[in-house]
Amino acid sequence: MSQENSKRKIIEISGLNFFYGKTRSLHNVNLDIHEKQVTAFIGPSGCGKSTLLRTLNRMYDLYPGQRAEGQIMYRGRNILESNQDLNMLRAKVGMVFQKPTPFPMSIYDNIAFGVRLYEDLSKGEMDERVEWALKKAALWTEVKDKLNKSGLSLSGGQQQRLCIARGVAVKPDVLLLDEPTSALDPISTSKVEELISELKQDYTIAIVTHNMQQAARCSDYTAYMYLGELVEFGETDQIFMNPARKETQDYITGRFG
Amino acid sequence: MNNPVNNPVSTPMNPVYRKRLRVHRFGIALSVGAMSLGLIFLLWILATLLINGFSALSVNLFTQSTPAPGTEGGGLLNAIVGSLMMVGLSTAVSTPIGVLAGIYLAEYGDENKIAQLTRFVTDVMLSAPSIVIGLFVYTLYVANVKHFSGYAGSIALSLIAVPVVVRTTDNMLRLVPNSLLEAAFALGAPRWKVAMMVRLRAVKAGVITGILLAVARVSGETAPLLFTALSNQFMSMDMNKPMANLPYVIYQFAMSPYDNWRELAWGGALLVTFSVLALNILSRTVFTQKAPN
Repeated sequence: MSQENSKRKIIEISGLNFFYGKTRSLHNVNLDIHEKQVTAFIGPSGCGKSTLLRTLNRMYDLYPGQRAEGQIMYRGRNILESNQDLNMLRAKVGMVFQKPTPFPMSIYDNIAFGVRLYEDLSKGEMDERVEWALKKAALWTEVKDKLNKSGLSLSGGQQQRLCIARGVAVKPDVLLLDEPTSALDPISTSKVEELISELKQDYTIAIVTHNMQQAARCSDYTAYMYLGELVEFGETDQIFMNPARKETQDYITGRFG
Repeated sequence: MNNPVNNPVSTPMNPVYRKRLRVHRFGIALSVGAMSLGLIFLLWILATLLINGFSALSVNLFTQSTPAPGTEGGGLLNAIVGSLMMVGLSTAVSTPIGVLAGIYLAEYGDENKIAQLTRFVTDVMLSAPSIVIGLFVYTLYVANVKHFSGYAGSIALSLIAVPVVVRTTDNMLRLVPNSLLEAAFALGAPRWKVAMMVRLRAVKAGVITGILLAVARVSGETAPLLFTALSNQFMSMDMNKPMANLPYVIYQFAMSPYDNWRELAWGGALLVTFSVLALNILSRTVFTQKAPN
């Protein structure tokens, strides 16, 4: 599944520790994320996979008491440094959440909101960008006649694709997906999964999932985490067919207690 | 046991369940009783108002000013205009202050001592006796400029309205789930944009409701206007002069010996009550919304 020509590392995590107040929830994580590949984080609830994802755009910074130590090199720069501009980082490293979170505005403005933050486009260019993003998220045909309707009027699956379109519209470098299909029905889930394979042509994707089939289907690399530690990391085929660690095998075969 | 009339699903045989049923019936009776008591008085007040005030409703009420003692007829035009101007000015002043303070509290209220203090003081102001606020404005403003005025009345009304707007704005904004804010931050939006364009917008209807309720609250206030706007027997649009207003006219006319004054007082009371009722109904129907997600 992995392509030989795109093995460049875009994010290099080394010695990462994370604290919620005094509780330590990531222990010395070392991991590389490759450009234009899908990296999946799997593991039982509370293993730290979402926490790890939230360090990559420093979302945890919104909450006092949460902090990360170590190094996350993104395109040659340690983003954990305190002088990192968080808005610029988040414009480059986008995120889609577990529950759909459309903004209380029209479908069009949901997409345009993020674009307007960093680009000064004419009306025509913005129309094109909105259409492009909605097409990327496979939502265009369903909403093209009601772009002025509220984003909240869409179904759950459509809302989640709207959120993906919103994330894609700002043309980020990396997309973080935090259990993007856990609140969706099977049909919407398969649409989003197709989308992930499609988006991988242009973006680097990191996805947290509870669904092991999903990790096996969509990802090129898989990281198995347990109790805040990275147990095993490697190419998805290898992790699922021939894991090096017994704990990994127990988890993916469902023998985990 | 197989008796169809007395079978286990048609008769509560179980003593535990029977006891629960009794408690349930007792609780329902108590709440219906309490509700009826409140409703009876409310309807009584409204009925009295309608019976006594209805005869005062005429074109004159809206076209003529309050009559001099001993003269016939007259209306409430000067009081209606004065009330509208003072309530209008106080709404225009207290809305931006209240909404912005509410945003500040919702954004920084959990991490900042000054914000916590502001929230506490707002709660105290919310229940401060309105006569104290009237006296406060009298001492600080009226006593210094040495005359009663519409401006002084507006200041007193604003002091009552601001805490109402602050509290509802703060409460509504805090209902917005973190996930929605995170989604906006995840696009690289700065904090002020997230606060104004996503968070405030998500609860717009709730904030407007708060403003309407504040307007309803101040339009019936009498005590703060006694020491500030006083009243004016004549039509006046000059806010720097004493100004007529409905609550004060009601107070003054209701206790007078003249029949036409007392009738005007009833008319004014009817007007104020039903305007407030209309504002409440408006805010509860047109602008009702649930918390997002």
